[in-house]
Amino acid sequence: MEMINLTIDHKPVVVRKGTTVLKAASSIGIDIPTLCYMKLDDMNIENKPGGCRVCVVEVKGRRNLAPACCTEATEGMEISTHTIRVVNARRTVVELILSDHPADCLICAKSGNCELQDMAHHLGIRQIHYQGEQSMYREDTSPAIIREINKCIMCRRCETMCNDVQTVGVLSAVNRGFQAVVAPAFEMNLDHSVCTYCGQCVAVCPTGALTEVDETGAVIRALSDPKKTVVVQTAPAVRAALGEEFGMSAGTLVTGKMVAALRRLGFDYVFDTDFAADLTIMEEGTELLNRLSAYMAGDQNVKLPILTSCCPAWVKFFEHSFPELKDIPSTARSPQQMFGSIAKTYFADKIGVKRKNLVVVSIMPCLAKKYESSRPEFAVNGNPDVDYALTTRELAHLINLGNIEFKSLPNEEFDSPLGESTGAAVIFGTTGGVIEAAVRTAYEVFTGKPLPRVDFEELRGMEGLRKATIDFNGTPINIGIAHGLGNARKLLEDIQAGNSEFHAIEIMSCPGGCIGGGGQPYHHGDAEILKKRQRAIYSEDKNKTLRKSHENPYITKLYEEFLGAPLSEKAHHLLHTKYFDRS
Amino acid sequence: MNKIKSLADLKKLQTEVQSKIKLREMGDHSETLIQIKVSMATCGIASGAKETMSHFIEELDHQGIDVIVTQTGCMGYCYAEPTIELTIPGQQPVVYGFVNKAKAQEIIEKHVKLNEMVDGIIPVNYSSIDN
Amino acid sequence: MADYNMHILVCGGTGCKASQSELIKSNFKTRLNEFGLSDEIQVIMTGCFGFCEKGPIVKILPDNTFYTQVTPEDVFEIVEEHVIKGRKVERLLYKDPESKEHIVDTKGMDFYKKQIRIALRNCGFINPENIEEYIGRDGYAALGTCLSEITPDEVIRMIKDSGLRGRGGGGFPTGLKWELTRKSVSDQKYVVCNADEGDPGAFMDRSILEGDPHSVLEAMAICGYCIGADKGLVYIRAEYPLAIERLKIAINQAREYGLLGNDILGTGFSFDVEIRYGAGAFVCGEETALIHSMEGKRGEPTVKPPFPAEKGYNGKPTNVNNVETFANIPVIINKGAEWFASIGTANSKGTKVFALAGKINNVGLIEVPMGITLREIIYDIGGGIKDGREFKAVQTGGPSGGCLTKSFLDTPIDYDNLVAAGSMMGSGGMIVLDDSDCMVAIAKFYLEFTLDESCGKCTPCRIGNKRLYEILEKITEGNGKVEDLNRLRMLSSVIKDTSLCGLGQTSPNPVLSTLDHFYDEYLSHVTSHKCIAGQCKALMHYSIDVDKCTGCTLCFRNCPVGAISGEKRASHYIDQSLCIKCGVCFAKCKFDAVLIA
Repeated sequence: MEMINLTIDHKPVVVRKGTTVLKAASSIGIDIPTLCYMKLDDMNIENKPGGCRVCVVEVKGRRNLAPACCTEATEGMEISTHTIRVVNARRTVVELILSDHPADCLICAKSGNCELQDMAHHLGIRQIHYQGEQSMYREDTSPAIIREINKCIMCRRCETMCNDVQTVGVLSAVNRGFQAVVAPAFEMNLDHSVCTYCGQCVAVCPTGALTEVDETGAVIRALSDPKKTVVVQTAPAVRAALGEEFGMSAGTLVTGKMVAALRRLGFDYVFDTDFAADLTIMEEGTELLNRLSAYMAGDQNVKLPILTSCCPAWVKFFEHSFPELKDIPSTARSPQQMFGSIAKTYFADKIGVKRKNLVVVSIMPCLAKKYESSRPEFAVNGNPDVDYALTTRELAHLINLGNIEFKSLPNEEFDSPLGESTGAAVIFGTTGGVIEAAVRTAYEVFTGKPLPRVDFEELRGMEGLRKATIDFNGTPINIGIAHGLGNARKLLEDIQAGNSEFHAIEIMSCPGGCIGGGGQPYHHGDAEILKKRQRAIYSEDKNKTLRKSHENPYITKLYEEFLGAPLSEKAHHLLHTKYFDRS
Repeated sequence: MNKIKSLADLKKLQTEVQSKIKLREMGDHSETLIQIKVSMATCGIASGAKETMSHFIEELDHQGIDVIVTQTGCMGYCYAEPTIELTIPGQQPVVYGFVNKAKAQEIIEKHVKLNEMVDGIIPVNYSSIDN
Repeated sequence: MADYNMHILVCGGTGCKASQSELIKSNFKTRLNEFGLSDEIQVIMTGCFGFCEKGPIVKILPDNTFYTQVTPEDVFEIVEEHVIKGRKVERLLYKDPESKEHIVDTKGMDFYKKQIRIALRNCGFINPENIEEYIGRDGYAALGTCLSEITPDEVIRMIKDSGLRGRGGGGFPTGLKWELTRKSVSDQKYVVCNADEGDPGAFMDRSILEGDPHSVLEAMAICGYCIGADKGLVYIRAEYPLAIERLKIAINQAREYGLLGNDILGTGFSFDVEIRYGAGAFVCGEETALIHSMEGKRGEPTVKPPFPAEKGYNGKPTNVNNVETFANIPVIINKGAEWFASIGTANSKGTKVFALAGKINNVGLIEVPMGITLREIIYDIGGGIKDGREFKAVQTGGPSGGCLTKSFLDTPIDYDNLVAAGSMMGSGGMIVLDDSDCMVAIAKFYLEFTLDESCGKCTPCRIGNKRLYEILEKITEGNGKVEDLNRLRMLSSVIKDTSLCGLGQTSPNPVLSTLDHFYDEYLSHVTSHKCIAGQCKALMHYSIDVDKCTGCTLCFRNCPVGAISGEKRASHYIDQSLCIKCGVCFAKCKFDAVLIA
């Protein structure tokens, strides 16, 4: 490997050829400020348009300043990162951005979490010397995402996520010059586009240009309505990230505190989406086994591979882009929707509350869940199975509004029966988790033998595309895993071409799975945070006594008392769905 | 046209074309014809070169005068479009500027028919490299 | 056929007309009539000879005698001596400043024609839709020679030795560019011709493609041979339909003649050209933006390196040259690098095509050797300033360039001198300004163009130029302050220093160069709120001279906003609070009673 010698602020540094000035500087403790640049290490996600020009540095012998994020270190380079010329340029650039940015920081949804605000503070900007016309665009509200693009600074991170990572291609720069902004084609609204609401644009937006639809007000109203019984469910990935909103380090599991907080907020029943995840495994796993058995019995018409269907952004993605494959994914509803369905039937009956008086709130790491809960097929006579889907961030706001000191809360347990779950359900929160959970159950059902080991390390990891073969007692089962819709697209194209080697494929839209969801606390480009959340999820699984969905006694009871068997008619009616051609 | 298969073939064709041109320029026997080139770049056309060219063709045809009328690119005299170049065999080419229909008619009547120059000549103010 | 045996050509260019060339013509006619020679000798008035410095010019055919600085009185001597006795009038002949010899025949006077046409050699000469006419002018001979007799390395050597630099604006050495692309290792490479001519007022590339498309195709094939590419792409703006049409015809003819396609001239070398259309965005002239546009992506630049020579179209090594650059290539091969390098200055070889426009008599497309002075271009080729007004500046390099003032009239024009003077070669727009042009307004005009054409990718260009423009707007509207001038300069320097691509890095040039050369004009806008050129409407003040006004009511009947009041036959009055400074009163007044301050 060729090594390069250079000096940065008079300090010598040796780096590998191909290293950027930005990275070389950071290796010796020089932290050049950046704004548009974003890299999720080891996840093959990088946004470096070199557009904001905040990271400019002086290179001896070069006519103009160089952007550190996309300038490669070369032999003998002499870099200065804070000469008066550089500092003046950097401040001017940020002042220019501020001169075309609404100054409503006090009431902005991103206040306190805004990278532009931080940058202005970091550079000590006290005055904006350049005043003039401000960009005016109309606001766009969709079921999940709000675009307030007056606040767009053209960092293009959302575009990188939407086009390069997710290959959805909704967001891209439109117009020229001062009017240039990131928007869907023809500046149409998001809800007229093929947007999947995966929320990765929101997850990376440095400012308040992209935020989620805030439903906390509606939830507060429901909680204060004495006629309503309010039930809450929490998705597995939320507990691995919520603590970050209260200053706890990434990867801190806060399951018990979260339950305690929800109780204090006034929810009548604090349940767990994990319960529904176990239920999903029963349904989806059975579906997989049925298809597998039919396939092995020589049925040529059987659709394989089976694809998971827990992720609503993924569902919308294939409905738009691969409608001809809509028979391939499992028909099982997502855990959120299974929960809502069971809560408003089985549970409502059990506690004797009428459907219209039962409010189901879900806490999700996700923005697409907001959209999913609004899909008409998930409502009975206009009453949705899930009334409100809040993000992890919205829950944090609620907790703050409730004057709850989160860190000092005691650990509390979920309510029964819809709060009971196994380790298999917890790992739904990370890439590889759903399929691992399915394998744990399918293996035992298929082979009739207990698993020799519960942990399937070969299905874990952060690579975008993974595959593994699991030996089902002599029958090799090929499993594919994709997270990020761009990776999913590759697997789907293989299926379209008839080249897929897999029996089952797990797809999650967000990089890392739900732990990296669009509704999670902002990671600000730090991939380490996602990895820590993933570790937290696996440790929660490990600490559970029951780690296979079919061992959840409350699931068994649900089938006995209410559903009958997996894929029964009632199960079909309440727990399965169908897909639409949206192309 | 058959494809040119070698450098030698290319040179042969070049010589053929050149001698044809030379014949036209130098020859003073009666069968060699007067040539009119109309500058037909976008700017010329915008200033009416198409009308000028069709007037030349129609009028010469109408009067039964055999003149070669062809198009060419920009001569560079933007201020004087449309421009044309008229070559009488054996004589130096003459460039005219601002050639509208009326001017074209005058050029036909005087220069083409009587070898009598008319006002509006643009002296060539550049030298092209000779190939 | 008339039997005129002599023609007397009298220059009717603006300069010569001002020096009584009309009278010269009529004197000739009268005199010839007196001698009874009207039927034998024809007197013709011509356009500009492009030697205004020595005008008025009289040329006599068929002996090509070239008389300079002829006065109406000289006519008698010319008729009696030259016409009748056949003796040339020595004192009126042009005297070579070096040898002090009189030049008798214009054939020895090509030097007075300040222009040498290399890139435009066939424009206006051949029928662009007939490949044989091109072949007759040495067309495809350079390609044939290269393929049969010269190795790619040797061809590149020749291009390097010729000193040819990119004619699109940057002036990067063409041979070096080819060499870099040749050295990149790849299974596929591309030759791209940049025909996205975007500078306002520049149209040489269009003229070349319309007048001589084969010269570009031939050069692209030569480039393909050198760098190891079998595919060429012409990126041309869709607003050039005629150029596209002629190019298509040329490509088809070249294929038909076997000069494009497989196994060209039996040498085994294959090369073909396709056309890609641009939507006419200025920034797509920047090579990385151009490549992205060709790939079907948004036309915006990316950071270099990697250069297209390493990673270009579809990620493959790509050599991008502009039309005019390509048009020079076949000539260099045919006539040799040394010949080409003998034209021009130390570091700028050959010629440059300029689109001469603005307040100049002979607006035109000219091709001049590098090293020519502005004075020669403006006063000789251009025939001087329109309406006899005073020269103020020349704007070169389009919106990325700057203004050259009087003090640069005698500076030899080449890449380096233009940059040193605060402007640039650019693609060759040359706009002449006179004393009625306000330099602040000019800077604003160019910035407005950049503002529209910025892709919006980087902050300084997207927002910085907007703010710069707003400051200029403020100044031209009379609301500027002295601090604004410093602000302009500071912001300009940051934009230059931090912008991503050439467009942004050069966009403040018109502001900076006008600030440098015409600071007083800026200052008068912000301190005394006066626009010396009288162009900034907001700073103008119309009033009525009580003594001259006859009370004819013409102005007040024509004022569109009713700002003028007054009785018939009594002096009128303009209400400044209502006046929109449209200038109608000034134009209508027959008594010069409307004053502009």
